[in-house]
Amino acid sequence: MSASIIVGLDGSEASGRAADAAADAARRHDLRLVLACVVPWSPYSFSTAEENERRTIDKEREARSARERVLDPALARLSAAGDLQIDGVVRHGHPAETLVSLAREHDAAWITVGRIGQSRVRTLLFGSTPSSLIQLSPVPVLVVP
Amino acid sequence: MTQLALSDVPAREVLAATFDEQVDNVFAPISEFITGVVFAAVPLDFIDEGVELPLIVVWLVVAGIFFTIYLKGFQFRAFGHAIQLIKGKYDDPEDAGEVTHFQALATAVSGTVGLGNIAGVAVAISLGGPGATFWMIIAGLVGMCTKGVECTLGVKYRRVYDDGRVSGGPMYYLSQGLKEKGKGTLGKVLAVLFCIFTLGGAVGGGNMFQANQAFAQAQSVTGGADGWLGFGAAGAVFGLVLALLVGAVIIGGIRSIARVTDKLVPFMAVFYVLACLAVLFSNFTQIPSALWEILRTAFSPEAGFGGVVGVLIQGFRRAAFSNEAGLGSAAIAHSAVKTNEPATEGHVAVLEPFVDTVVICTMTALAIVITGTWADETSAPGVETTSAAFETVAGWFPVVLAVAVILFAYSTMLAWSYYGLKASTYLFGESMFVDRTWKLIFCIFVVIGASSTLDAVIGFSDSMIFLMSLPNIIGLYILSRVVKRELFGYRERLAHGALLPVAERGITPSPTGGSTAATTGVDGTTPNPPPSVEDR
Repeated sequence: MSASIIVGLDGSEASGRAADAAADAARRHDLRLVLACVVPWSPYSFSTAEENERRTIDKEREARSARERVLDPALARLSAAGDLQIDGVVRHGHPAETLVSLAREHDAAWITVGRIGQSRVRTLLFGSTPSSLIQLSPVPVLVVP
Repeated sequence: MTQLALSDVPAREVLAATFDEQVDNVFAPISEFITGVVFAAVPLDFIDEGVELPLIVVWLVVAGIFFTIYLKGFQFRAFGHAIQLIKGKYDDPEDAGEVTHFQALATAVSGTVGLGNIAGVAVAISLGGPGATFWMIIAGLVGMCTKGVECTLGVKYRRVYDDGRVSGGPMYYLSQGLKEKGKGTLGKVLAVLFCIFTLGGAVGGGNMFQANQAFAQAQSVTGGADGWLGFGAAGAVFGLVLALLVGAVIIGGIRSIARVTDKLVPFMAVFYVLACLAVLFSNFTQIPSALWEILRTAFSPEAGFGGVVGVLIQGFRRAAFSNEAGLGSAAIAHSAVKTNEPATEGHVAVLEPFVDTVVICTMTALAIVITGTWADETSAPGVETTSAAFETVAGWFPVVLAVAVILFAYSTMLAWSYYGLKASTYLFGESMFVDRTWKLIFCIFVVIGASSTLDAVIGFSDSMIFLMSLPNIIGLYILSRVVKRELFGYRERLAHGALLPVAERGITPSPTGGSTAATTGVDGTTPNPPPSVEDR
């Protein structure tokens, strides 16, 4: 028996709708809701020595900003009703891969994400989080328009 | 210093000379003096007439050999685990977003892969013959161990500032490590000396040499002395543009330029190796004889033992200049990595001289030896020799080299401006004034470097960069037991399964306390914010 639903949040309207849909489903199936905001980051990117020196500070700043601007408003909105068990997570990494590992950690029934997080050109060039998720995820993926 | 020396030059000459020549007149005597001191050599007349052994080269190589033996060939055993570390197999997922082993290595490599790999190698082979390649590779393999030792210490004694910044380097392990050994005063003296020499190395090998060779290549691909970079003050103009680009990043804080070059440099390095391979393949019939030539002249039976020593010195000297093993600079670049185990960065750091010397320098060397351009009188020893080798593939190929040269030079300059900054803030304390003054001086030397002739620049670059190894290696010897304990203890835990790759671990990460990283300033006070106990 699965325990939770993972929602990928990026601050876009679609990801807000994804969170709403997941909240409805969580109520119906009596599941825990895990709101996840992934800061895009690669362990193989190149950086200068000065950036490396400041990395710990920058990481905290990025995580704090993701929490304040994306996660906290969503948490506040969805927990207002008070009938849901909600967790919020901010993590650095590849968005799709990180959502997949969160799904494993939280024993998720499925992953919910919004559809439009970026422009078509970007999607064409770099792929999108939903399409990567479909390739990677061990659990079903629900994409909310 | 510059002002003083200017007055020594007769006025008539100054007026007659172009700007570039003026800079040269000023600079050459200073360079000659320092070179003479640093490269104090023992004449080996009993072997052959005129053979000299520069003590500083012995100093570096002996350190490499000592640590290779003392740590039982650590650099070779470390290789496999180092690859796993840079792949992130041992990275805690909780640490995502911090500096990874890969990033620390990439930053360090982009600082070391510079013109030493292109021009330095050409100088070694032009002066020492093809056999210098062999000794260069040997020096690279030995240097891997020294680098591992430095970087282990760099991480172990790094400091974490109150605001969360992390930085380390020889100045910290010299002052702090030696204090733990009861040699606090010696440690402080060595740390200060190291910083002074680093400032010199940063303006020399890390700046002027790079600017100089970048200009040489830019001038030669635009048509040499008759091209549009052929006029008298062209070096100064080129230097000024380069200085503006460097200044835009380090003073202006325009990170986007640094980011672009940082992304380009790794591709450029791969591209450079491919370009060298293209040179090799277009001359593939020469490969067997060239390899034989390298081996034969490395032991040079016809030139006698004296010849061998000469070849060996050239190989060792340029290898050291290129991979910087034993100089301590890499310890600064590697120290920001996120790890609880200093030994992990020690493992990863051995890959740096491998990439730099055993792979990239060897590629340059093969290209030069196979095409035979090292023996050419038409190309000056330096980047032009490599350029001539590239020209055997196609007429436009030197342009490829010019792009690589300028990018390598630029990224190396940015890296060294950081090393110099760390040295100056250690000496004079953290302040905006120190920061800006250093960066301004650095930019001025870009112009001087581009306008000077190669001999003066190479001499100065070499000597200042090699001086860094004096305090650094003394410290490495004193701390050798600490390093052995770190490295061997880590490998033992690894062998016994106490340290597992993330995939084989449970989900809960085990928080471990790291080493302490406290330090005091030159005069015993704490000029910078007091460091906190390290837990990275």
